[in-house]
Amino acid sequence: MMNRRQRRHLEERFFKGVMRLSLFLALGVLGLIIVTVTQKGIGSLSWSMLTKSSEGGFYLGKEGGILNAIVGSLYLAAGATALALVLGLPVVFYLHAYIGKSSLANAVRLAFDVLWGIPSIVYGAFGFILMLMIGMRASLLGGIITLALVELPILVRTMDEVMRMIPHELTESTYALGTTRLELAGILLRQTLPGLVTAVLLAFGRGIGDAAAVLFTAGYTDNMPDSLMRPVASLPLAIFFQLSTPFPEVQARAYASALVLTILILVISLLARLSLRALGRHVIR
Amino acid sequence: MNIVQPRILTDRIGTARTTFVIPRNRQGWRYWKDAIASQGMGISTFAACLLIVVIAGALLDRAWPILSVESPKALVTSETWHPIKGQFGFWPFIASSLYVTLIAMALAVPAALFSAMYLAEYTRLRGLIKPLVDLLASIPSVVYGLWGVLFVVPLVRDHIGPASNDTLGQIIPFFATNNPTGYGLLAAGFVLAIMVFPFVMSVTEEVFHSVPQEMREASLALGATHWETTKAVVLRKSLPGVIAAVVLGFSRAFGETLAVLMVVGNVVQVPGSLFDAAYPLPALIANNYGEMMSIPLYDSALMTAALMLLIVVLTFNIGARLVLVRLNPETAA
Repeated sequence: MMNRRQRRHLEERFFKGVMRLSLFLALGVLGLIIVTVTQKGIGSLSWSMLTKSSEGGFYLGKEGGILNAIVGSLYLAAGATALALVLGLPVVFYLHAYIGKSSLANAVRLAFDVLWGIPSIVYGAFGFILMLMIGMRASLLGGIITLALVELPILVRTMDEVMRMIPHELTESTYALGTTRLELAGILLRQTLPGLVTAVLLAFGRGIGDAAAVLFTAGYTDNMPDSLMRPVASLPLAIFFQLSTPFPEVQARAYASALVLTILILVISLLARLSLRALGRHVIR
Repeated sequence: MNIVQPRILTDRIGTARTTFVIPRNRQGWRYWKDAIASQGMGISTFAACLLIVVIAGALLDRAWPILSVESPKALVTSETWHPIKGQFGFWPFIASSLYVTLIAMALAVPAALFSAMYLAEYTRLRGLIKPLVDLLASIPSVVYGLWGVLFVVPLVRDHIGPASNDTLGQIIPFFATNNPTGYGLLAAGFVLAIMVFPFVMSVTEEVFHSVPQEMREASLALGATHWETTKAVVLRKSLPGVIAAVVLGFSRAFGETLAVLMVVGNVVQVPGSLFDAAYPLPALIANNYGEMMSIPLYDSALMTAALMLLIVVLTFNIGARLVLVRLNPETAA
């Protein structure tokens, strides 16, 4: 018969074990994804896949590559991030330089949190409706606009969190020097530049990986992107379409494309995290 | 407020020129700029916040043709889906979405909770593991889907399905399988669980972390063990936040499209077993946008599906965020 002390000790050991196990399992499975994708992808990854565009019959197993999808994704995400930045920076400045710590600011934050939670397929449907209204076909521009809406809350909330880290004294001394709120915004921007780079890179990564939003709005094509008004290919959709074909050799290309996408995303996320440290040298703390 | 007006300037040499210049008193111009910027930024901020209403309005407008002929209750509860005959019953899709998401949450939440506890209370490796999990969370959904096809579907088909069928399946029909493909609820739920795990863990970990250290110390001083402190103090104190995190995770999983679409089988039916193929709402939209303009009312039906998604997600999100903000106004996630 166990006494009370032993029982409590056992309980402690048991739950600690459960915690370790669940963390280990979850990390293991997440790691397994990377291992599986690398293992499957490395075999069919070839130089011509990265340097050639998918000409006719690529999805039937003929020669070609996914360069058009890679470039298309980069165009889409770069355009969307730029647009989201133009729309988002004024919001962040307004939050920090103008309405400060008011309940209005918290309401705006809540709104952006909620916007962040809206699934990208809903943004896709909304973008599609917008394009129908102005009579636009699936195109690079349509994809950029829709993706920008997806990225906007990510960008705003991440930049907002970075700006919150600024010590209050800095704001006060800036005001004490007689600046206007707009000039304060400039100071805040300087001060948070590394964090902003992080936010931009995170949004950019999200833009590259998102498929549901561009499904309706950017269309798909075998050609290199050449005009804002034409459809454009994207890497996630390329993977999806390659995998949906019944041909094993095309499916193998999907694995290789997934490896390319994963590496791209991981590099961007890593850069985003490293930039915080690397660019943070000139920040007053 | 000073107004910018043309005036004659004489420079040192003495030649006069007319030009628009900033008023002698620079102060005025600076305040003027500030006022313009204030208005402009204010307008863009509230325009962006209005986006929620605009999206809902646009979807409602597009969904109206079908909502005006059929009562919402009939649309939600009807099981017959024959777009060509003009019959749009959403129940199979809603049921599929609910099942897939609930399975995912059942798998992900316990693991996420225990992991978050371990990171927040037990280990100093927090600074190492959290960035790692965040990094893994940035993997795009199509890659999760691909991994599901490569790994989870065969696993369900060859091992979990038969094993469950021969044991529990003999007693409870929900665990029996007559779907030999492996594509179905369980595969989708599993993939989805992996996808929401980092998110739920991150948010709960933040909530645990924000519990004041003094409370833990008080409990430890009374002789409680580490686990008893975690259970009775940290967990109890952060329970609302944990619930909010789970609700946020649910709404995130509810709208996940591509990864689920790739492994769920896409058969229009109300799934009766853990292994049946299903057809969640996002998959319905993504799979059929191509032909939606060619069948009458079909586009309206798909937009109704998008509207349903939006309503669920909005309700859950606003509720959960309000709880999180109330809990900790400073560091609300």
